[in-house]
Amino acid sequence: MAGKRKERARVASQRLLAPGIYDMRIATDLAKDAGCGQFVALYPKDKSTLLPRPISICEADRQAGELRLVYRVAGKGTAEFSHLQAGDSVDLLGVLGNGFPAGRAQRSMTAALLGGGIGVPPLLELAKELDCDRRIVVGYRDSQCFLREDFEAQAPGHVYIATEDGSVGTKGNVMDALRENGIAPDILFACGPLPMLRAVKQYAIEQGILAYLSLEERMACGVGACLGCVCQTAGVDPHSHVHNARVCTDGPVFEAREVEI
Amino acid sequence: MKTSVTIAGVEFKNPVMTASGTFGSGMEYGEFVDLNRLGAVVTKGVANVPWAGNPTPRVAEVYGGMLNAIGLQNPGVDVFIQRDLGFLEQFDTRVIVNVCGRTVEDYLEVVERLADTRVDMLEINVSCPNVKEGAIAFGQKADALYGITSRIKKAARQPVIMKLSPNVTDITEMARAAEAAGADAISLINTLTGMKIDIERRKFVLANKTGGLSGPAIKPVAVRMVWQCANAVKIPIIGMGGIASAEDAIEFLMAGATAVAVGAMNFVNPYATMEVAQGIENFLAGHGIEDIHEIIGCVNR
Repeated sequence: MAGKRKERARVASQRLLAPGIYDMRIATDLAKDAGCGQFVALYPKDKSTLLPRPISICEADRQAGELRLVYRVAGKGTAEFSHLQAGDSVDLLGVLGNGFPAGRAQRSMTAALLGGGIGVPPLLELAKELDCDRRIVVGYRDSQCFLREDFEAQAPGHVYIATEDGSVGTKGNVMDALRENGIAPDILFACGPLPMLRAVKQYAIEQGILAYLSLEERMACGVGACLGCVCQTAGVDPHSHVHNARVCTDGPVFEAREVEI
Repeated sequence: MKTSVTIAGVEFKNPVMTASGTFGSGMEYGEFVDLNRLGAVVTKGVANVPWAGNPTPRVAEVYGGMLNAIGLQNPGVDVFIQRDLGFLEQFDTRVIVNVCGRTVEDYLEVVERLADTRVDMLEINVSCPNVKEGAIAFGQKADALYGITSRIKKAARQPVIMKLSPNVTDITEMARAAEAAGADAISLINTLTGMKIDIERRKFVLANKTGGLSGPAIKPVAVRMVWQCANAVKIPIIGMGGIASAEDAIEFLMAGATAVAVGAMNFVNPYATMEVAQGIENFLAGHGIEDIHEIIGCVNR
């Protein structure tokens, strides 16, 4: 795997997927180094916004050299990105982070992929990279179930939806949908808001199974130098020598028992 | 063309350093930057024992800059000597270790542990605004600064740089106190204490409520303070605060800094240090300047 680098790339396409949710494809050789659960950091052009914005990789087309990023407009930086069009240039830093260890799911296992809100996109590349039985459980606020068709294409008949307003699938969250559909996974992979990840961790401990959680934290450097984005660890972290790991470099994916969330 | 500078008898191949806390010990940015190209790597603050730092969120972006309240998380001097110094030994660059502590004794313990290492200089952190004990407590009163500086000077085997805080009424008073106590150099500025409030949540953005402001937003303040100190003391100054380009660095040199450090902009452009070093060379060549000393402090002559 090549080293991390900052480069100027071209936007291949961008479209609106759901209100506030954008689907951007970027032509970049970084795609060749990218794996599921990793992220890149995009730089706004507006110089009043200095820091790059970490965005998870939804799909990495290694042959074509294209990254697909599905993100939510959350502030000034992402608002600027949403106006990019095919052919525009964009500076990005990548590939960052330790992603999902797809290899931990053996072929005989059933893996549950749990995603909530803007935590849903990285599960798509994971679904492609897993070589086992997959149950994809994704939670949304309402009927704007972005990426649903992409997941159906990966795991036909095994995509389960939860919505907060009950408009599609199970009314409730992904854990409600997991139980309602009688899914009994051997291993879990999850990305979503903190309360969801806490519930996933608790479930994994009760069931005695492995769960890999993708965490989020405010970042500055994205490469492990600034120690801005730490999470609390159960044991003394081998790098920091305190109970802190760096979400950007030691994570963002951690086994549930390693982290205090 | 001569780009080398000397501070307290230590020669640096060029005046470009890394600002403490923005570059780790060089391992992470070694993937982007040829560390051999730098005048010095200034490490993140090291204490006598591991420090866990502050709760998150620790960083926030603000207009033209950022706030941080990391709280000097570090693995402690023993791990640092073995791992970080071991790593830095591979490179042909100077190593300046930033030292932090809660009490004078904490600082002295680190200084003594580093005495027999290859470390070229010590930078004493009396200016971090994000910890409750130590650090800035020693850097906001001239007599306290004088006291810690003289005790560290007695114990230190390497030349001592005192890193000054801009969060004072008159920074020249601090510079004079450091000089009078025997400091070999001063570095400035550390971050300016700031705050950001999330108006939707009606809450502080940083868990620590306040944080240190850095980035281009603070550069004019930093240049002014370097100029003030250059006219107040004879010891060399390492200037920093929002340096993003060679042009920024040259402003600091002209204001009177013998060397400069790139800080928050490493986060924005991981190649910033190398680009600044190259840009200074290009400036000197482009202006027919034989020796960088021709521009150091030139506005004061």
